[in-house]
Amino acid sequence: MKIEVRGLSKWFGSVQAVSDVSFTVQAGELLGLLGPSGSGKTTVLRMIAGLESPSSGDIFIDQVRVNDLSVQQRNIGFVFQHYALFKHMTVFENVAFGLSIRKTAKSDISARVTELLQLMGLPGLGDRYPHQLSGGQRQRVAIARALAPRPTVLLLDEPFGAVDAQVRQELREWLIRLHDELAVTSLFVTHDQEEAMEVSNRLIVFSKGRLEQIGLPAEVYEDPATEFVARFIGSMNIVEAEVKGGVAHVRDLEFPAPDFPDGHLVRIGFRPYYIKLSEDPRHFRQRARLRHVYFLGIAYRLEIETETGLILRSRMNKEEFRQRRFEVGQPVSYAITHFRILPQQHSPALPAVRVPESPLTP
Amino acid sequence: MIRRLLIFIVWIYFSVLLIGPMAYLCVQAFGEGLSVFWREVTRPEALHGFWLTAEITLIVLFVNLVFGTITALVLIRQRFWGQTFLSGLIDLPFSVSPVITGFMLILLFGPGTILGTWFGAMDIKILYALPAMVLVTVFVTFPFVVRELTPILMAIGTESEEAARTLGANEWQIFLRVTLPAIRWGMVYGATLTIARAIGEFGAVLVVSGNILQLTQTATLHIYQSYVDFNYVGAYAVAAILLAVSFVILMILELVKARSSTVGETSLRMVNS
Repeated sequence: MKIEVRGLSKWFGSVQAVSDVSFTVQAGELLGLLGPSGSGKTTVLRMIAGLESPSSGDIFIDQVRVNDLSVQQRNIGFVFQHYALFKHMTVFENVAFGLSIRKTAKSDISARVTELLQLMGLPGLGDRYPHQLSGGQRQRVAIARALAPRPTVLLLDEPFGAVDAQVRQELREWLIRLHDELAVTSLFVTHDQEEAMEVSNRLIVFSKGRLEQIGLPAEVYEDPATEFVARFIGSMNIVEAEVKGGVAHVRDLEFPAPDFPDGHLVRIGFRPYYIKLSEDPRHFRQRARLRHVYFLGIAYRLEIETETGLILRSRMNKEEFRQRRFEVGQPVSYAITHFRILPQQHSPALPAVRVPESPLTP
Repeated sequence: MIRRLLIFIVWIYFSVLLIGPMAYLCVQAFGEGLSVFWREVTRPEALHGFWLTAEITLIVLFVNLVFGTITALVLIRQRFWGQTFLSGLIDLPFSVSPVITGFMLILLFGPGTILGTWFGAMDIKILYALPAMVLVTVFVTFPFVVRELTPILMAIGTESEEAARTLGANEWQIFLRVTLPAIRWGMVYGATLTIARAIGEFGAVLVVSGNILQLTQTATLHIYQSYVDFNYVGAYAVAAILLAVSFVILMILELVKARSSTVGETSLRMVNS
């Protein structure tokens, strides 16, 4: 079922936790709400569930305005970060809770719970108590419990926040498969950008209670709509440059910026892998010194200090790095192949600009 | 060497303070034979005292469980004006002498006061009757249930109650099926402490009851009266019975502690860890 949020705001006393947020979750979609802690994403989720009431704005579930419906009437499934399982009930009783509240027949409850435990990969654990389960198993019980009464939408608050990194990866893949199978409209909150990219069909980036960007993971990554998104998703070098005669200058770097008036300050962003490095100081036009090399597992991050004192991060895949001979402290040359003039606060995104990639020699 | 000395000191301390007096009490109670003991504890005055004590204890237990639970829930879960003030008052009954508690009630319901006159006109006896004895006992035992429940309620948080709400449960169902099971061992613990204190209460009850024979004389008042009347065996015998009851209560407390820590539920010990 479709979820639609229009002009949603929430004040806690004099603090505005959510300001004027609008978005739509399509039926059957798995959408991630991504943002740093305190960015208002959980509050949005709780307002959709009915656990908080909005200060202004409307919420629609399946075309019906639900603002005035109680939590119980909204028929949503909610999964809490810390599982919130009923400790004094067995796994079976936990999963059966929503059905027994609805006075479902015993045999139907038993069939549905057994089916869900099977689906969750927890067969035979019905008699256990929550404290006898691992973190990952508890979270799956929590999801089974939320799904049991067949909710119209599933809301998950940091679903994997409380489990080990290893289990988290497993659970992510499992959630994707589960969603493919059930196709229930799902909205999940996370502060982990990697998780959001991997799990979501589309994602929404939040900052300070505002919606910064909504789009496919690749779109958000490749075309960040705001400087915040550029900084938050992936890693980006960001420098501030002054425009003079259609070119933005910072130290000895120059970036074409034809649409800006003289004296305008712009922020230029470029991803680490858009800095090409050579151990030959004359291969590219710009010169620098290699400050640090960090091993990242699948790649290396190289930190360089330019002749004029800028510190930039470059990234090189493992094979390439091993074929070359880089030593910390040695002079190198570099070129920035792509850059982006980052949008000012909430102005529309500007397309990325590609610099000619051929080595420029003086 | 020092270790042994310390163990020895602890043994002496326990013996002088607890074991010795209790043993001596039992010896005295049965000193003149089982039949004398039986005669003393089945005297009409003694039986009435036991009955009255039981009556007061049961009423107090009920009042404290209901209002103690409501108080703890409201103080932990709601935000309201004067909350800090009320929270600070919870322990007050522990620091006020029971005798003073009794006097406060006399001042409130005495014959010359507004409340006293009103109840007098309605022909309802408060002072020197069961209502006053129940009131003072509720006062002195009020903190037990509340103090047991507040840390448990804080520790369990509101997430599982919210989860129940999203699953369609109404507030009453949430309380019965989620909150109550989570706090039940704390309630049992608080109830046991309440019973122990209610049975043993003396000072406050003495002040407001008037200590009228066979009417407002509880078991502890009966012990006091027997002692004053030089009926030592009578005093010791009834005291031994109360001591036995306390012992049983202590056993129950230990069982509750063991139970609440093995089940893996949030209560008592887990709250402290």
